[in-house]
Amino acid sequence: MHASAYEVLASAASGTLSSFWLLIVIPAASGGILLLLGRRADRWGHLLGCASVGVAFVLGLVYFFQLGGLPATDRRATLDLFTFIQVAALKVDFGLLFDPLSAVFVLLITGVGFLIHVYAVGYMADDPKRRTFFAYFNIFVAAMLLLVLGNNYVMLYIGWEGVGLASYLLISFWYTRPSAATAGKKAFIMNRVGDAGLAIAIFVMFANLHTVSYDGVFANVDRFTSGTTLALGLLLLIGACGKSGQFPLQAWLPDAMEGPTPVSALIHAATMVTAGVYLIARSNPIFDANPTAQAVVAAVGAVTLLIGCIIGCAKDDIKRVLAWSTVSQIGYMFLGVGLGGGAYALAIIHLLAHGFFKAGLFLGAGSVMHAMNDQVDIRRFGGLWKYMKITWITFGVGWLAIIGIPPLSGFFSKEPIIAEAFDRPGWAGWVLGFAALLGAGLTAFYMTRLFVLTFHGPERWTDDIKHPHESPPVMTVPLMLLAIGSAAAGALMATPVQDWLNPTVFGVEGGEVPEHVHLSHTVVTILSIAITVLGGLLGWWLFRNGTSLQEQPAGPVVTAARKNLYGDTVNETVFEKPGTYLTRALVYFDNKGIDGLVNGLAAAVGGGSGRLRRAQTGFVRSYALSMLGGALLVAVAFLVVRLG
Amino acid sequence: MNGFTIATPAQVLAIDVRLPDLDYAAMAPMLVLFGAACLGVLVDAFAPRQSRHTIQFALSFIALTVALLAVIREARVGSRELTADVALAIDGPTLFLQGTLAVLGIVALLLVGERALEKGGPFVSQAAIPVGSEADRRQAREEGATEVFPLTLFALSGMMLFVAANDLLTMFVALEVFSLPLYLLCALARRRRLVSQEAALKYFLLGAFASAFFIFGMALLYGFAGTVSFGGIHDAALLATTSPLLLFTGLAMVAVGLLFKIAAVPFHVWTPDVYQGAPTSVTAFMAACTKVAAFGGLLRVLYVAFDRARWDIEPVIGTIAILTMLVGAILAVTQTDIKRLLAYSSIANAGYLLVGALAFSKEGLSSAMFYLAAYGFTVIAAFAVITLVRDDDGEATHLSRWAGLGREAPLVAGVFTFLMLAFAGIPLTSGFTSKFAVFGAALGVGEAWPVALVIVGVVTSMILAFPYLRVVVMMWLSEPAEQSPTVAIPGAFTSAALMVGVLATLLLGVFPSPVLDLADRAAEFIR
Repeated sequence: MHASAYEVLASAASGTLSSFWLLIVIPAASGGILLLLGRRADRWGHLLGCASVGVAFVLGLVYFFQLGGLPATDRRATLDLFTFIQVAALKVDFGLLFDPLSAVFVLLITGVGFLIHVYAVGYMADDPKRRTFFAYFNIFVAAMLLLVLGNNYVMLYIGWEGVGLASYLLISFWYTRPSAATAGKKAFIMNRVGDAGLAIAIFVMFANLHTVSYDGVFANVDRFTSGTTLALGLLLLIGACGKSGQFPLQAWLPDAMEGPTPVSALIHAATMVTAGVYLIARSNPIFDANPTAQAVVAAVGAVTLLIGCIIGCAKDDIKRVLAWSTVSQIGYMFLGVGLGGGAYALAIIHLLAHGFFKAGLFLGAGSVMHAMNDQVDIRRFGGLWKYMKITWITFGVGWLAIIGIPPLSGFFSKEPIIAEAFDRPGWAGWVLGFAALLGAGLTAFYMTRLFVLTFHGPERWTDDIKHPHESPPVMTVPLMLLAIGSAAAGALMATPVQDWLNPTVFGVEGGEVPEHVHLSHTVVTILSIAITVLGGLLGWWLFRNGTSLQEQPAGPVVTAARKNLYGDTVNETVFEKPGTYLTRALVYFDNKGIDGLVNGLAAAVGGGSGRLRRAQTGFVRSYALSMLGGALLVAVAFLVVRLG
Repeated sequence: MNGFTIATPAQVLAIDVRLPDLDYAAMAPMLVLFGAACLGVLVDAFAPRQSRHTIQFALSFIALTVALLAVIREARVGSRELTADVALAIDGPTLFLQGTLAVLGIVALLLVGERALEKGGPFVSQAAIPVGSEADRRQAREEGATEVFPLTLFALSGMMLFVAANDLLTMFVALEVFSLPLYLLCALARRRRLVSQEAALKYFLLGAFASAFFIFGMALLYGFAGTVSFGGIHDAALLATTSPLLLFTGLAMVAVGLLFKIAAVPFHVWTPDVYQGAPTSVTAFMAACTKVAAFGGLLRVLYVAFDRARWDIEPVIGTIAILTMLVGAILAVTQTDIKRLLAYSSIANAGYLLVGALAFSKEGLSSAMFYLAAYGFTVIAAFAVITLVRDDDGEATHLSRWAGLGREAPLVAGVFTFLMLAFAGIPLTSGFTSKFAVFGAALGVGEAWPVALVIVGVVTSMILAFPYLRVVVMMWLSEPAEQSPTVAIPGAFTSAALMVGVLATLLLGVFPSPVLDLADRAAEFIR
């Protein structure tokens, strides 16, 4: 109903709103200044970095209220800065769009981003390259803002590439471990698979409609055949999966956690990984037009949220547990956007709540690592509550929020998604609903395990730690603010955000009461609270006395979970091996190629090529022969095409 | 049948022998360059040794500037005409590509004329002296050959003729005029002379082989159409009274000759060896200008002479385009020498250009021309950076030697990073806009082949991003090698070339519209 009803609203930005391009320019300019000035900016660089994001947040608030002051139907502002590309039929404007959906993302990115920036001032205090770090941070924020503020898919793609590139360099920048190359490569390749999906989707839109602007595409969705909407939906989903670490492209995200903790918090909790959810929510008319594509999105979400939970139960590295919980929570968001209708807004609410509590959890983990000489193994923590009261309490709030204990934010954001899942008609409702419910129980279990092993039970520290200390205020204040957000955001946001997003962005009228197909809302609420408490109690019971320091022999399920459910093995078989063989085959047929191996990357792709070198002669006669063969083939091909 | 008759003198006189009309203004760019090149030969013969380099450089620079002005003048007049008895077509594409060649030629000339990086310049004094002989050791201290300037000008005049040629015979002459100087230029490296000479010999032998295919194809097409002019072949294909066997075999052979020059698979084999062996400034010149000229010629042949055979061309050349993209992208991944890596990237880029060319539309033509201009600037700048990274043996081109360059020389590494991102097609560089333009043009046609080509194009450009970013990561994140190469301080010429290349890459990425407009307005062949 909504797809064909999409109306293009004339809405050039006016008044204060006409300057909302500043949101992107301020952090970008700050990042550029920090890079250009070099060491001269070392002493105050971090302050400029924080200030620019802070200013962007304040501006974002001003624009947000401006937008809110408009009547509901007029709540969008566009800016066409200049024509970017114009080739005959194709015209792409460098255009921006500020509407309720982008406004929400702007506030999340700049708000949570600002707190993480402040925290990083303390966390990176001893690092000689702190200024460069803040420059990359700012550029990353600017790219993410461009991603959510563009008014067409090409702008989105520019921001998308920018975010990917910035994060790739930011993660790799801090690598000192040998696993660096592999992890960086994995992140890169999986993101490229996703990017290819998005790029092809954009070209499909252009080929069909000769436009790539949101307005132009969404207004004409009914001109697509159902095959085209399905293809578009799946291609966009591949793009979203790549960026958001969803099945089957989930394996890179936890590996990329090896960077410094503020990077993990900013990139992999609050902003970058949410780009996939944004992409699908923004493209809602396309998904609404094709129930099959929606069902696939929901299924991907359900599978991923279970994968994330199961692996999260088996990990002992504090940041990896949090990373897999990110994968799992974004699975809930995908489930939400896949359910469509009113669930779009629920997914966005969960995204906002998750932004708060996951940033808080990551920064709390950073605070713990700070106290424990960068130890990340939760088997070597324990009893920390006595020594770091603020971290303990704020982490505790985040823990209760993520597992969904009322009245913290996770409860208000996650439970409605579970209820929506049960409302899907047919067996799909049962499957999706129980997957979501089971996920809630597992989340409660592994997050409780993480919390109890870190802060309670006997002290199992390594010998070099004598007196753990609480972090400085520059780190604890952001923690406290994020904890307040994690606690209160859910209850405060749930209804207003739905009213804010539904009518304008998702075309859902207020007051629609969903039909309860399988279970009533009350039953779902009771069930989900019960299973959460059960999972939490089980986690506390099993780990209240700590755990052994060695890895225990385990059954097949735990072993599989420890090995990331064989995700890496699958990737290796599906992506890497064929690539390697293809390359080897091509090198074999090409006459000359390899001079030797540079590094591990080349070794992975070009391995075994040393043996082939003897076959690559570089002789002119063999070159001439291949040309002659080619010429014959071309001639024969022409004749076959023509006469055959 | 009364056999053949011999014309009597009276009959010979009766044949109306008239000179073709020549529009000198339209031919001025080519004539200026050709004249300056001949003058350059005289300068080399008579000018005193120590002032030759200065005179030659000034002469070449002025000649190219005048040629550029002549192109601009002709474009402002709005010429659209066949001249020299339909042997030359002066139309939009000719002028756009000649202008591109002149500008890229000036930028490449700056690299060729650079002498600050190495005593005596990057060229050997006398290439004929055997390598390793006593005379060779003596000439190591001598100044480099100044013949490179007239050779470059001869090559550029041939390229300009090539993009204007409107019949196969003129095109063949132009092909040889620009190829022969290139063979010589490849052999003139001061360092690693054997590799350089081997590259030149390979290029020459294979180039001659490819030329033979071209001539054979020309003969077959003459047999088919009774003429070698593109318009005549076009008309004959419409009537098609003779066997299409001649037409399509001829087309195939001519195509082989042209595909060799643009380095399409399977006629790409020479590219990595030649790019690696030739002096880097010459490689830059070839990578930018030869690509422009060869594609200009190919576009004219396809669009003017064979547009009626479009449905037969698409599957064959389309398959070649797919192979070219795949082989270029995948083999780039395994390269360990930066010049070979750029050679494979140039092969893959030929594939992307073919995607635009096979659209057989005005947009296809304009986007391919834009791509040629954008790619030319980026590739010249990239090779300019390569001339700067040196050790005792000259340029250090093995990738392992580039590790940790970011610490050594952040500015140079930063510039190269930007260029690599442009090659990878990251938005806000010309690499993105040009790829977007050709893929968009191909999809605008809305048929199966172009769509398949675009999908392969997108996928391979994702693969190709990997080797580029690997270089970036090596420069910034790896530990420097024990004896890392030094980064030479670029002389004024190299700095200027770099600046132009980088600025053009940035501007064509952020504000591509003016040049896209220009290409769009120029995109119409006359027949």
